[in-house]
Amino acid sequence: MNRSDLSNTALSVSNLAKTYVNGRVALKGISFAVEQGDFYALLGRNGAGKSTTIGITCSLVKKSAGKVHVFGIDIDQDFGRAKSHIGLVPQEINFNQFESPWNIVINHAGYYGVHRTVAAQQAEKYLTKLGLWDHRDTASRRLSGGMKRRLMIARALMHEPRLLILDEPTAGIDFETRLSMWEFMQELNQQGITIILTTHYLQEAEKLCRNVGVIELGELILDVDMKSLFLQLSQETYVLDLVLPAKGLPDRLQGYMRLIDPTTLEVDITRGSSINQVFETLSELDIHVVSIQNKSNRLETLFMELLKNEAESIRASQDA
Amino acid sequence: MNSRHYVAVALYTLCRKEITRFMRIWTQTLIPPVITTCLYFLIFGNLIGPRIGPMQGHTYIDFIVPGLVLMSVITGSYTNVASSFFSAKFQRFIEEIMVSPVPSYVILLGYLAGGICRGVLVGIVVLAVSALFATVNITSPVMTAAVVVLTALVFALGGMLNGMFAKKFDDVSIIPNFVLTPLIYLGGVFYSVRMLPDIWQLVSLANPILYVINIARYGFLGSSDVGIGVSFAVIGVAIVVLTHFAWCCSSAATVYAIDVR
Repeated sequence: MNRSDLSNTALSVSNLAKTYVNGRVALKGISFAVEQGDFYALLGRNGAGKSTTIGITCSLVKKSAGKVHVFGIDIDQDFGRAKSHIGLVPQEINFNQFESPWNIVINHAGYYGVHRTVAAQQAEKYLTKLGLWDHRDTASRRLSGGMKRRLMIARALMHEPRLLILDEPTAGIDFETRLSMWEFMQELNQQGITIILTTHYLQEAEKLCRNVGVIELGELILDVDMKSLFLQLSQETYVLDLVLPAKGLPDRLQGYMRLIDPTTLEVDITRGSSINQVFETLSELDIHVVSIQNKSNRLETLFMELLKNEAESIRASQDA
Repeated sequence: MNSRHYVAVALYTLCRKEITRFMRIWTQTLIPPVITTCLYFLIFGNLIGPRIGPMQGHTYIDFIVPGLVLMSVITGSYTNVASSFFSAKFQRFIEEIMVSPVPSYVILLGYLAGGICRGVLVGIVVLAVSALFATVNITSPVMTAAVVVLTALVFALGGMLNGMFAKKFDDVSIIPNFVLTPLIYLGGVFYSVRMLPDIWQLVSLANPILYVINIARYGFLGSSDVGIGVSFAVIGVAIVVLTHFAWCCSSAATVYAIDVR
């Protein structure tokens, strides 16, 4: 990737490879770029290479080969300056659990050269925003799991990073807290902060991210925008709750409609078809729908298809 | 923000964090050496000391004061850095610093500053306690202060290396228990090496702690078993070698990640 290509990217990864000392190959030369202002989902199964990629970008892991640029800065040339633009929310809790949230965020700001008086203002802003202000002097080990996650987000924002890397930020937290965190992440992105999100909650990625990369066995098997990804879906299944119990379905509908129980109907809609046709047909049969939802998350379906295809191609290449 | 200002803020933050850490747990870091020293004075100074008689022209209780002060400086500075750095590795909050732009030498200086501060503070507290039991006359305050600070630096560097390479909690206690303690006791805290047979006097010269204790004794009492110039040279060499080693290790990021990944 040349210099001009890098001018608009927040993160550019080129032929990045990592082989650990024990011989395990974590990354096999992946390349991708995240544009400035993007909300990018980096997906993959456990051990696929996501955290290794993040670790290399943040200097927690030494790369074996390849190039990484953060806002055009080559990490091999000036890692310090590159790191000053990054805020990391790691997968595992990694703050001193005996320290108070206040000290944790203030010290973090200090590591980035933020003066203590400025850091105090920032701390108040983010601890309040993330609902931790009342707990600022509590030993952080006494915080709930959700609070600890939010504390790591507050900490990562203390130096006003331009690139925020969130490694499974909502893992293990309740749905209500997760929703408020989604809202907060969207707000940050709207303010211009580029966000890279890794998550196993694909609904989260679908809701928040504009672009998506999928890593499988150390290789990037997909790097595409979310809209074009959903165009790849050949069929979606919807679950319809009915107002009154249905007695049965005519044979002509059996191919794409199924009665799960008298008040629950499953409908397969192929790409290009209109869901209005389904409602028209049901109205003719005097079947009325009270609510409708996707049977499974669209991204989940695609993700599983992708991994299945990848596994098949690996098997085929091994057989060959 | 210019880089000098950035480094100053980062270093201040690290030093403050380290000092706050040991001050917060003062019952574990400052009180134990005081109790140990009191017991030494009570048993060796008051009960056994009068039977031993004068040593190098001083009462026995006055003779052991410099050694006991230095002993607390050595253990305080060493264990502070080793345990603080290893805890940061073990609980993974060293990653907070690793992902930040803080240069390796600032990390090193920050941890060393914490160790030196604890060592010096413990030394001052033990000296204050000594005044309750013995006659404390400091012949050369500058030399005494210099040896206390330099000793704290040498052993803080040692503690840093221990913390870097420790893979489990046992590794942090092995060196202090099996290396440091014997060297301290055999370094002339409680006796003059001139009392030993010639061969053991010679062997004692290989013990670096002998030199720091003797400078301290010279600073306090004006007498020493070994030459002061040689002793300062030994400290100087130790600082250069350990600093070089710690610097090389801290520059290699892998040392922070030992046993973490």
